Amino acid sequence: MEHNFKINKDRLYFRVINISPYFLIFLLASIYITLFIFSYPAIKQFGLSFITSSKWDPVFNKFGSLAFIYSTIVTSILSLIISLPFSISLAIYLGFYKKEGKIAEFLKTVIELLAGMPSVIYGFWGLFVFVPLMRNLEIKLGVLPYGVGIVSASIILAIMIIPYTTIISREVISLVPNDLIEASYSLGATKYETIKNVVFPYSLSGIFAGVLLSFGRAIGETMAVTMLIGNANSIPQSLFGPGNTMASVIANEFTEATGDIHLSSLFLIGLLLLIITSIFNLLGRVVINKFKIEG
Amino acid sequence: MRILFFLLLSFLNLIYAHADEVTLIGAGATFPYPLYSKMFQEYYSIKKVKVNYQAIGSGGGIRQLINKTVDFGASDAFISDENLKKYGNNILHIPICIGAVVLSYNLHGNPAIKLTPEIISNIFLGKIKKWNNPAIATINPDIKLPDQQIVVIHRSDGSGTTFIFTDYLSKVSEEWAKKFGKGKSINWPIGLGAKGNPGVAGLIKQIPGSIGYIELVYALHNNMSYAQVKNKNENYITPSIQSVSYAANIELPEDSRVSLTNTDAEQGYPISGFTWILTYNDLSNLNRNKAQELVNLFWWMTHEGQKLAAPLEYAPLSPKAQSIAEQIIKKIKYNNEILWNTISK
Amino acid sequence: MALIKKIIKDKLFQTIIFLFSVLTIVPLFFILFYIIKKGFSVINLNFLFSITTSTGHDTIFRAIIGSLFIIILASLIAIPPGIITGIYLSENKKNKLASIIRLLTEILQGLPSIVIGILAYLWFVKPIKTFSALSGAISLSIIMLPIIVRSTEETLNLIPISLKEASLALGVPYYKTMIKVILPAGISGISSGILLSIARIAGETAPLLFTAFGNPYLSFNILKPTETLPLLIFNYATSPYEKWHQIAWGASFVLIVIVFILNILARLGSRKWKVKF
Repeated sequence: MEHNFKINKDRLYFRVINISPYFLIFLLASIYITLFIFSYPAIKQFGLSFITSSKWDPVFNKFGSLAFIYSTIVTSILSLIISLPFSISLAIYLGFYKKEGKIAEFLKTVIELLAGMPSVIYGFWGLFVFVPLMRNLEIKLGVLPYGVGIVSASIILAIMIIPYTTIISREVISLVPNDLIEASYSLGATKYETIKNVVFPYSLSGIFAGVLLSFGRAIGETMAVTMLIGNANSIPQSLFGPGNTMASVIANEFTEATGDIHLSSLFLIGLLLLIITSIFNLLGRVVINKFKIEG
Repeated sequence: MRILFFLLLSFLNLIYAHADEVTLIGAGATFPYPLYSKMFQEYYSIKKVKVNYQAIGSGGGIRQLINKTVDFGASDAFISDENLKKYGNNILHIPICIGAVVLSYNLHGNPAIKLTPEIISNIFLGKIKKWNNPAIATINPDIKLPDQQIVVIHRSDGSGTTFIFTDYLSKVSEEWAKKFGKGKSINWPIGLGAKGNPGVAGLIKQIPGSIGYIELVYALHNNMSYAQVKNKNENYITPSIQSVSYAANIELPEDSRVSLTNTDAEQGYPISGFTWILTYNDLSNLNRNKAQELVNLFWWMTHEGQKLAAPLEYAPLSPKAQSIAEQIIKKIKYNNEILWNTISK
Repeated sequence: MALIKKIIKDKLFQTIIFLFSVLTIVPLFFILFYIIKKGFSVINLNFLFSITTSTGHDTIFRAIIGSLFIIILASLIAIPPGIITGIYLSENKKNKLASIIRLLTEILQGLPSIVIGILAYLWFVKPIKTFSALSGAISLSIIMLPIIVRSTEETLNLIPISLKEASLALGVPYYKTMIKVILPAGISGISSGILLSIARIAGETAPLLFTAFGNPYLSFNILKPTETLPLLIFNYATSPYEKWHQIAWGASFVLIVIVFILNILARLGSRKWKVKF
């Protein structure tokens, strides 16, 4: 009797676990379908020109999103490049060198606070503290002293996304089995060599997951970017110039867009964001699968 | 134990004490937000009716009204004839006050600058690039204008303020009307965008040599300089409550949907506009109590509430505008009953 | 010679790592310092806990309650499916459905919060014609989901299979092994993930603009609009009033403190259950 009862519970367990993926599929499907339905008018009207044209005109109802696609990709990649040395270093420091101790606890708390900082606060701090500094730099360099622009937005974005990579990478790095590390030492390897040859490959998939998390955040970040990027709906002439990202233009214009084609175009930008993210993640998945080591 | 009981009781009391208070929900324009905030505050202390107003933008206000997720909307841009018909010809525009859109700038020494419609258009078209351009210098002979690049600042979000400003530009510049037109969001040829009036004000304050358009209230609260603008009658007008009120001293249509820019009024400030509360003319789909409270609110805002406008630098309705507002409010009905007849005084 | 080169490389690397780590936390201190400087003077018991003021809007207590309500609601909605899906993924490393789910999770992560907000509006606000704290919580839970799923999966992956095998060998049924042995072993990673997702949504503004909507008054009703700290901060900081700016900074300070407390709680909680191996 007891035997059967336990098997039933197991059966329930497996049923629940195995149904869960379909919930996620349902969610994503609903998202794709909803976005598609609402962007259809824009797709029908503009077709491919929506991606190739950078003209965004709500008065004459001509919409093209090239400028936004460009700025989104530039700021995301730039912020990722800027943030990686810092986040990986901190992850290695906390996950390998100083796993325990007061300093470690303190730094972990600090990083988690950074993660929890609301984006509007990053935006304001960026605007009131960082942008004036950038402006002084621009005056020295002889460019227009906007202060806001692609570079400013990218740097603040970089600060925002550091915690995501750090926290996850630190976790996986610290979970590398001690016996593997000891084994490496016993073979005469230095800490550096151990990290390079043992820890890193082992935790690479987890680190990459953290990097993807950061990248996702960077692409979709709205509030801080919209305060710092200058909101010019055109392709930026230089990195110091203003631009606008896809998420930012949606935030700016969605509540006001009463014209049907305008609204539909904004939905189409949302759909494109989804597609771009999907492509990047597909590529990422291929990379992870190549490096994954079983535990 | 007793403390817990007491806490629970006061907790429940909190929730239920407010249970029979009516809350009205509205959304829309950011421009009048400081005024509406004060009005609704005052209204609550007098009438104990709560109003939850969120400044999500004029277009947002219109959309939420159409989706019926709010009880009333607010907008600086009136709904076009075409759209009015599309939505069912049942939305009323109640004028509440008048605002001025000023040209604010950041120049060393804060000089008082005069501008003409041609200069303003050309700056925003990108044709006049420097402050010491002869056109600007000629009409400002007493001011030493710097050899400095003009940085244009505009709105990044859709806005009624933009609508009023571009409406003005379209009237005074054929090139602007043809290439860029008027709207809550437009395809700006040059410049930086910032979110909301405060965003534009913030950028102007920070960037030397910048110029942008913001509502008068924000310029005053931030101690910013703003330009005198030449109006249709060739007078240089300083934006103020007075000059804005003058702008509205023209023939007004019955439904109050009119643009005040480039006004014919002799001493009127040329970049002014009404801001409206939008509501359905038939509130039968709400419960009667709420419908009545809405009409009470609208009447109060256009009468007793008007005295809150001037201290906050908003121009109150002229007597002509107020009587038009009254006529419009008297049209609101509930199941064929005119709600104004049962208004609480 | 080779030995000295090795040692130099090692020390150099360590120094670089240390340097970059220190630099990483410098911006945080700048920001914290900035907020503390601007917000601290505004804080007093009255500011935090009195319910109404004489000036119309209720105090930020309404935003604190609103934020807490929405965070708790969103967590209740997101954590169970998140952990369950994470378990599924780590239990099914190779099958095709799992790969698809992993991809979908990552895609969900990249979706901007504002798009999620718009979708939540279309699905949960427009049809019932009212803004609500609940719809706000739903939009936030969608943001939380991928983070919880991924960190659960990654954590469970790194637990040695020997632990599971030992438990099963002792006759413990599968479901009990998972729930009482494996999950607790991974509690630190899982709770890090949950905390990360809560930290992420605690500061979100964009998706709440068209769902929770905001409210100048205190509300305990999850089917009605509510204010949250980030919404309040954004609205007040962009107003023309100096007094409201100060309130915004005070609220920012409070928000940071709340996240900090959540942080400590999660850390203490996981320490209680952590199994070392």
